[in-house]
Amino acid sequence: MGLSNAPGMTESLTERFQDALSAHNATASVVGTDDFGAVLAERLTGPAVGSPLPFDGVSLDDLPVVLDPTPADLEAATFGVTPAELALADYGSVVVRADGHGSEAVSLFPETHVAVVAQSSIEPDARSAFEQLDETAREDRSSAVVETGPSATADMGGLVYGAHGPTDVHVLILCDR
Amino acid sequence: MSTSRAEKAARIRHLLETEGDAVAASTKGFNAGRYESVARLEDYEALKAEARAIKEDAIERLPELVEQVETAVEENGGTVYVADDAADANRYIRAVCEDVDAESVVKSKSMTTEELEVNEALDAVGVRPVETDLGEWVLQVADEAPSHLVAPAIHKSRDDIATLLNETFEPDDPLETAEELTRFAREQLWADIRTADVGMTGANFIAADSGTLMLVTSEGNARKSALVPDTHVAVAGVEKLVPSVSEFQPFVELIGRSGTGQDITSYISLLTPPSDAPTMDFEHAQDVPLSEQSGTRDFHLVLVDNGRMGMREDDQLRETLYCIRCSACANSCANFQHVGGHAFGGDTYTGGIATGWEAGIGGEESTAEFNDLCTGCSRCVNACPVEIDIPWINTVVRDRLNRGQDPGSLEFLVDGLTPDEEPGGLDLQKRLFGNFETLAKLGSATAPVSNWLASSRPVRALLERVAGVDSRRELPAFERETLVDWFEARGGSRVDRDDAVRSAVLYADRYTNHVLTDRGKAAVRALEALDVHVLVPEVPGSGRAPLSQGMVATAEAKAERVHDRLRPCIEDGDDVVVIEPSDLAMFANEYAKLIPADAASLLAEHSYEVMEYVYGRLENDGDSDELRSGDGAAVDYHSHCQQRTLGLEAHTVAVLEHLDYSVRTSDVECCGMAGSFGYKQEYYELSMDVGGDLDAQFGGSDAILAASGTSCVEQLGDLLPRDATHPIELVGIAGARQAE
Repeated sequence: MGLSNAPGMTESLTERFQDALSAHNATASVVGTDDFGAVLAERLTGPAVGSPLPFDGVSLDDLPVVLDPTPADLEAATFGVTPAELALADYGSVVVRADGHGSEAVSLFPETHVAVVAQSSIEPDARSAFEQLDETAREDRSSAVVETGPSATADMGGLVYGAHGPTDVHVLILCDR
Repeated sequence: MSTSRAEKAARIRHLLETEGDAVAASTKGFNAGRYESVARLEDYEALKAEARAIKEDAIERLPELVEQVETAVEENGGTVYVADDAADANRYIRAVCEDVDAESVVKSKSMTTEELEVNEALDAVGVRPVETDLGEWVLQVADEAPSHLVAPAIHKSRDDIATLLNETFEPDDPLETAEELTRFAREQLWADIRTADVGMTGANFIAADSGTLMLVTSEGNARKSALVPDTHVAVAGVEKLVPSVSEFQPFVELIGRSGTGQDITSYISLLTPPSDAPTMDFEHAQDVPLSEQSGTRDFHLVLVDNGRMGMREDDQLRETLYCIRCSACANSCANFQHVGGHAFGGDTYTGGIATGWEAGIGGEESTAEFNDLCTGCSRCVNACPVEIDIPWINTVVRDRLNRGQDPGSLEFLVDGLTPDEEPGGLDLQKRLFGNFETLAKLGSATAPVSNWLASSRPVRALLERVAGVDSRRELPAFERETLVDWFEARGGSRVDRDDAVRSAVLYADRYTNHVLTDRGKAAVRALEALDVHVLVPEVPGSGRAPLSQGMVATAEAKAERVHDRLRPCIEDGDDVVVIEPSDLAMFANEYAKLIPADAASLLAEHSYEVMEYVYGRLENDGDSDELRSGDGAAVDYHSHCQQRTLGLEAHTVAVLEHLDYSVRTSDVECCGMAGSFGYKQEYYELSMDVGGDLDAQFGGSDAILAASGTSCVEQLGDLLPRDATHPIELVGIAGARQAE
């Protein structure tokens, strides 16, 4: 995206994104494609499910992550890895597309969701993100979720993270994508 | 007390005792969160204006958008059904369930399905509805109705919920913490979701051009409900349509902030069903990879009219269709904060906007029980992300209710006494308060006898029995010499027009003229000290009193007379200075709905709140030497609800600080008196309960107590041992003129 690729701009957008996300009880870290596998392997705990990552030089194939999971895998998994097509710096949100590989389920059922996003896909604000989402909705007629931190509820007499969805959310930002 | 008043008072008392604390804790938290969250936006006002414009346009073009979404959803492979009413919608939903032999339906939170009573309709044909939003689920277990648009079980404390679940499910280890309760609910509900045949959601917005639904949620249950069952039914009012996904953006930024004070909720789902997500059969194909699952996704969008197209044709109710059900009007409402949606709400909807929804869906009569709980304090007006004039909707519906009433037996008595424009059947209590102007004139003319009489026990008993005026309230004491008479007797203004820097008409509202004349005199002296030539002519009441009783025609007649009287003064170059904030709010806002636009804007443009005017003079080289100095004295100041909505609290504080007072301000939304509200027998206890917040802030201090509104002064007087005064009386004047 035009301006966000200018030198310095990307770093400040990334910082804004990280700050905003931390206000929503989630975290993000920046990794290069070379280190991606090792960094993710270190985070992996418990049975993990995933959907394929569409970024060059990055793959889940060599990690203990079940791709194309069964419903039973989804129920048993405590860790899920999906790609995110966009991130919103102002809000700390990521956009996960409900693709044919099960990203919607993978991002929703396990306790931990790790979203992987290209640094160049960080949009500054809701307006610029929704311009893109508008285009996708009209052209592809597909579904997506704008996810900001873990699922939460205040319906049981106090704020609780981890309602029907994940308790922990971490975003891996690919600095060279 | 009449039976209905006694019953209403008892019901409110019961809710204050049983649900008030839980409701107050959450709504006040949401409200405080809203202030903080909207302050983080770069341009909140512009975003609201944009959201408003999108809704205005969408409702204007609604038939076109309905056609467009029908085409889009069909292109996507789904079906759209436009349901005329609840029965029609339920018939269709049941047919969809029958087609797939559904045994159960998992539902995410949807007020529209509450409105349609979908659960009852499904139960009746043996399909089990399961609410999966945790708050809705608690209510389904408890068999209760939602008390809040966003947080339906807000009236239940954690202890209430723990007791309910422990008694119902008898878990091995009793549940106690919010975490335990949440985990238990999640497990229970997952068992239902994984085997459900149909998933039902609402929709916060729908993009007509792509058929995309936007769902604003936090728990993740809506995502699961739409994802796991093969069949997805979305139920939404037709008013949820906007042209495209790009119009979602301002609402994404506003809805969470306005409602619960969250910048954004955890999940904004943008569903364009049927989804590309693979189906997933947890029951019969749990070991089959997603890529080989054999189910077929099916989608039905049920667009509900149920009165909405009629609201669209109704010039007064149309605005209600802009509502995005964020709950800001409930959270910012002092009455709602204390009594909650089980009193302040109708069959389905709760809070200030409920009057519009319930009237549009079920007719005005369905609002009769709760409409009076809107006091017109206007604190919701600036909080509403789509700028709906919610008090006005309440007023209009009140007027329609008044007009629908049968004439009572006391009609012949009242008609002669009350020169209003209202029908004979109008409730006597409303008519009495609505005609305060007539009472005030009579009261001053016959003072002090009128005051002795009014405070005598037999008269108070009669007033209470016949008109529901609570005898625990002190009635206003009328002054024999009105402010207008006093001003004339002193020989008019002490500052000649020729020597003055400005010339101002001080509006002698009915209270200032007949009851609280001291604040009027203080205002005259303060203005003169600032070299203003002052006029205090006899001007009719603003119409606020009748308007607040829903007597719109009477208010219109008064507005016309006020305009006719003040217009020549304004054309002569006089400013209009107003002491009572509720009257200034009439000139600034409501007159636009009562008199022609040019007339209303003339008055709005030239009217000032008295402390705002003093502030303006001081800012423009006005000399404050002649004004009194506070010498550091402490002041506890409660601004007036409508004054704050007009953005005029800061001026009073600035003037007092300029005069060396040390000012502490209240942060309650309303004092609870709200004109006549606190005098009404059925609402006296609620009014005092609301006032308790002010007591908590200002009680136990010995600072000077100041308030800008008449009702606030009266309420503070009843709440605290100190008497309150209008801030203009603290401005006073120093030196010789004080001797007057």
